[in-house]
Amino acid sequence: MFLALVRRDLLLIARSPALWLPVMFFVLVAAIFPFAVGPDARLLARIAPGIIWVAALLAALLPVETLLAPDVEDGTIDQLISRGIALELVCAARICAHWVGFALPLLAALPVAGVLLGLDADDATRLAIAVLLGTPALASLALVAAALTAGLKGGGALAGLIVLPLALPVLIFGVGSDVAGAFRLLGAASLVALAIGPFAAAAALKPD
Amino acid sequence: MTKPRQAIKPERVSTALVIEDLACRRGQRLLFEGVCARVEPGGALLLVGPNGTGKSSLLRLLAGLLPAAAGRVDYAGRRAFLGHEVALKPRQTLGGELAHWARLDGGEARLPAALRAMNLEALIDVPCRMLSSGQKRRAGLARVMAAGADLWLLDEPTAGLDTASAALLAHAMAAHRAAGGLVVAAVHGDIGLDGAQTVRLG
Repeated sequence: MFLALVRRDLLLIARSPALWLPVMFFVLVAAIFPFAVGPDARLLARIAPGIIWVAALLAALLPVETLLAPDVEDGTIDQLISRGIALELVCAARICAHWVGFALPLLAALPVAGVLLGLDADDATRLAIAVLLGTPALASLALVAAALTAGLKGGGALAGLIVLPLALPVLIFGVGSDVAGAFRLLGAASLVALAIGPFAAAAALKPD
Repeated sequence: MTKPRQAIKPERVSTALVIEDLACRRGQRLLFEGVCARVEPGGALLLVGPNGTGKSSLLRLLAGLLPAAAGRVDYAGRRAFLGHEVALKPRQTLGGELAHWARLDGGEARLPAALRAMNLEALIDVPCRMLSSGQKRRAGLARVMAAGADLWLLDEPTAGLDTASAALLAHAMAAHRAAGGLVVAAVHGDIGLDGAQTVRLG
């Protein structure tokens, strides 16, 4: 059942016209910084992890309005509940699909962003591992925010306000990934977010 | 969830639907209270009453989409629900969407018969955004039929249907009841359910 739900969500993501938006957005943000900060390669390389994490966070938030709200509005959630399928399972599947949909393309685009920001190979590799470890937390947070704001007008902006403060631990450990233990803390943050996310999102979606 | 079953006919383990002293509250407002009914296998129940008296809420309650403020619903079998929202993704084809839901229900083998019953076979390659509201309604009904559930919960099933489709629906409901299934429908007017009980709200 879980795999069937994930496959369905991935199919819908793959067919959606917005498939390439998060990764394009991510590369564009990385490309804009050298223009905004100036061509100082050393400075760029130093702030590159921060830029990449902020861009990844924004890329995770970009599709937040289409993560759950359409399913609530068009009755898909009702159909799933009436079949006795647990909302927690639906939300967990959606987190997985969202992660595959935004984090994997983003990892693929990371070398491009690394070159644009003048990162050397070692730093780029470490950053890629950090992004791999930290993005599940971002996907989970984005889904909880999507569940909380589904059915609200202009929910996307509100979802951003909800996620940004909660994403701070991931940002801190992600940017500081050259410090010992940062990977573990990043992984821990993701595990906590993945463990809580489906339940929090399902609770927010429960019809009253 | 039950494992997918390949049989075309679901195993009939039909039990009665028992509704006892059911009450529903929406916000501060008490929509209805003291609703009682008992529907045996093969039976049907019509929910009637003016707009806003809680017919849809009662159906959603039976479908497990709303909590009851008081009372209880006793039903052991599987339920299939048709609401006002169509739950069809606009960019997907009708056939693909119904196949997805049939897969979740383990009812892929039942789907062709359901498509035929609602005269949808010619539309399976059409993207859902191009369907008329009546066609979407028929698709929702076909999804209910393919679900293989004993209890059908239909919210104004004939809304938007032409007379030919309404006749197809009446025929399908009669066949479902003859096989031991139950139908509960919120209606305005006759939808061709013979010998149905009625619960009047409001």
